[in-house]
Amino acid sequence: MEVIYITMGVTVLLAVFFLLIFFKNVKEGQYEDTYTPSVRMLFDDELVKEPTEEPSKEIKKTESQ
Amino acid sequence: MEKQQFYYDNKIVKLFFWATIIWGVVGMLVGLMVAFLFLFPNYMEGIPWLSFGRLRPLHTNAAIFAFVGNGFFLGMYYSMQRLLKTRMFSDFLSKLHFWGWQLIIVLAAITLPLGYTSTKEYAELEWPIDILVVLIWVVMGINMIGTLLKRRQRHIYVAIWFYIATLVTIAMLYIFNNLELPVAMTGMKSYSVYAGVQDAMVQWWYGHNAVAFFLTTPMLGLMYYFVPKAANRPVYSYRLSIIHFWTLIFIYIWAGPHHLLYTALPDWAQNLGTVFSVMMIFPSWGGMINGLLTLRGAWDKVREDPILKFFVVAITAYGMATFEGPMLSFKNLNAIAHFTDWIVGHVHIGTLGWNGFIIAGMLYWLAKKLYKTELYSTKLANYHFWIGTIGILFYSMPLYIAGFTQAFMWKQFNDAGTLVYGNFLETVTQIIPMYAMRAFGGTLYYTGFLMMVYNIWKTAKQGSKVEDELAEHAPLKVISGKRAKNEAWHSWLERKTILFTVLAFVAVAIGGAVEIVPLLLVDSNIPKIASVKPYTPLELEGRDIYMREGCNNCHSQMIRPFRSEVERYGEYSKAGEFVYDHPFLWGSRRTGPDLHRIGGKYNNNWHFNHMMDPSLTSPGTIMPKYNWLHKNTLDYSTIAEKMKTLRALGVPYTDDEIAGAKASVEAQAKKVEAALHEDPEYVKNYGDSNMQNKEIIALIAYLQRMGTDIKANKTAQK
Repeated sequence: MEVIYITMGVTVLLAVFFLLIFFKNVKEGQYEDTYTPSVRMLFDDELVKEPTEEPSKEIKKTESQ
Repeated sequence: MEKQQFYYDNKIVKLFFWATIIWGVVGMLVGLMVAFLFLFPNYMEGIPWLSFGRLRPLHTNAAIFAFVGNGFFLGMYYSMQRLLKTRMFSDFLSKLHFWGWQLIIVLAAITLPLGYTSTKEYAELEWPIDILVVLIWVVMGINMIGTLLKRRQRHIYVAIWFYIATLVTIAMLYIFNNLELPVAMTGMKSYSVYAGVQDAMVQWWYGHNAVAFFLTTPMLGLMYYFVPKAANRPVYSYRLSIIHFWTLIFIYIWAGPHHLLYTALPDWAQNLGTVFSVMMIFPSWGGMINGLLTLRGAWDKVREDPILKFFVVAITAYGMATFEGPMLSFKNLNAIAHFTDWIVGHVHIGTLGWNGFIIAGMLYWLAKKLYKTELYSTKLANYHFWIGTIGILFYSMPLYIAGFTQAFMWKQFNDAGTLVYGNFLETVTQIIPMYAMRAFGGTLYYTGFLMMVYNIWKTAKQGSKVEDELAEHAPLKVISGKRAKNEAWHSWLERKTILFTVLAFVAVAIGGAVEIVPLLLVDSNIPKIASVKPYTPLELEGRDIYMREGCNNCHSQMIRPFRSEVERYGEYSKAGEFVYDHPFLWGSRRTGPDLHRIGGKYNNNWHFNHMMDPSLTSPGTIMPKYNWLHKNTLDYSTIAEKMKTLRALGVPYTDDEIAGAKASVEAQAKKVEAALHEDPEYVKNYGDSNMQNKEIIALIAYLQRMGTDIKANKTAQK
């Protein structure tokens, strides 16, 4: 049953990987505010009707490259 | 800070939108075809590529990777851009991802019916397509991580975490489960590097997590985005959603062994699987409650809005399936449910209810957003909802009853200590009415889906053209990615945590796969049984035909150590008997009886006639005819290469055996054919039709060999 070293090993690795990400998130303050994000996501398609004159074209250009 | 303007890419969303719909129509149609094969086994008579064993993998792959896969990408491409306030990282990668994935699906739809299969469930695709899958997955990964890096919103909303977990975990699992050695670089055929028990363990570690990370985490991500959007209120508890995510991913990855209870897997691993499976109920139900309570105070909307109705039933189905899952992981319940239709019912609560309805709700909602119009017909969507819901019930409930019925019939003894239903066929004909109801339920569900297709088509027609949307947001305060002048190299790398973790992970994964796997597996020290020998060349060819026809979709090769099974099939299966099985063929469902001890049970003529027309030997059977095996000439031109490949994986074929492989095939085929002459009917009808060259002979040789090595041992000892 040596294969168990592979499956277990990979699983532990995966868990450690996610644990690292979790610590990083906590450290970066991703979870300090546990309310605002849930409301903010409701307002993410307040669309801009008209592009403002100058900068938009430039950005459109870079964005669509 | 000054705001920046940019465009959301809606064109790519539109592509995935229609791909989801088209593959939903195709995948479910194949599912229906398969369901009706249970009732009319021979309605596709004589067409090999439309036989059950080849269509079933096509159905599962189409439903999982084509329908749900495209549905996930659709929701991901729509929501990630908006949550992170940026266009996707690269338009080129987005398009490459889309067209690459569709190419994979088309290749799968061609190769699976042609019989190119590795037989490992939900990983049936052969090696060249596997490589393509990994490449396209990496393309998607780069696109996702790139988008994260250029985001304008610091906080990463919980839905995206579910997408990331999907990306990382599926990549790992897919690679490790599909490690296989091609027979020739020019051919499609390959053999799994793992054998027997080991292969089974890797397969179900993958299989379970395919459900966890392809059918669950992406859908949960979609739930956390589209349910609040459709209800226009925030998720019930954002804090709970974060706890939900982290507990779910940490517990889910350990639950795989519950697919192998009562097999040769070490007990501690089985128990570990059970413990974690039972624990799974907490994160699962935490998520379900969070989803449902998002609608608190909005139930009046649910009454009117079909989209919310779909979401409510989807989340409820998720709750049901994730209650059932832990329960089925208890050994005593598993002993009943395993190998029966109960599991098929359980799975379809998850797929039709949870995945299908989340995606349906999302499609309706996105149709309105993308085409900037109202639904063509809300009434029709309501009809879809009700027909679909009733369809799910008609699909699953009969299968639960069928599962219970069949399991108890299998185990029933009479006072004399013999099986009440000694003939397996009795336990099949008993549940045929349930199969009929299942097919009816499936038809209802499909009808509802087609109504949605029409509705969305009309909605798209009446709406405006899909355009990229202009949005604006302030950029993030940029921390330079470059190394500061006096900064130590490692401090810079630490600052770039994402880069660091990804690099470390990829490095270790590749290292692990390349070095550890062969080292551990080639000389495996599973207790070997001296009398268990590698297959002869002809038997090997027969086994490949068994795989090509997908026999493992209906027949298991794993006799569990229960009195009822030993009584019915013979000595229970030992780990040491499978050491040369690349891949393992234990199966997961007994539509027909177990075959592990079929060798020597019947004579060659029985098998010959049975494959020609199963109803000749077993009146009332639902097994279709496999009569093309009697017409096809056996192609054994690559037998030496096959044996060499297997030898590289640790099967002890000698040089002489490989050199004499072709001669050996011919000699054994002649013997098998000669034995058929015992039956005067055979001599009369096929006596001089060169049967020894046909595929059926190889298959008979394999079937007659199966599970006999141990019996040989016993007689030798006596």
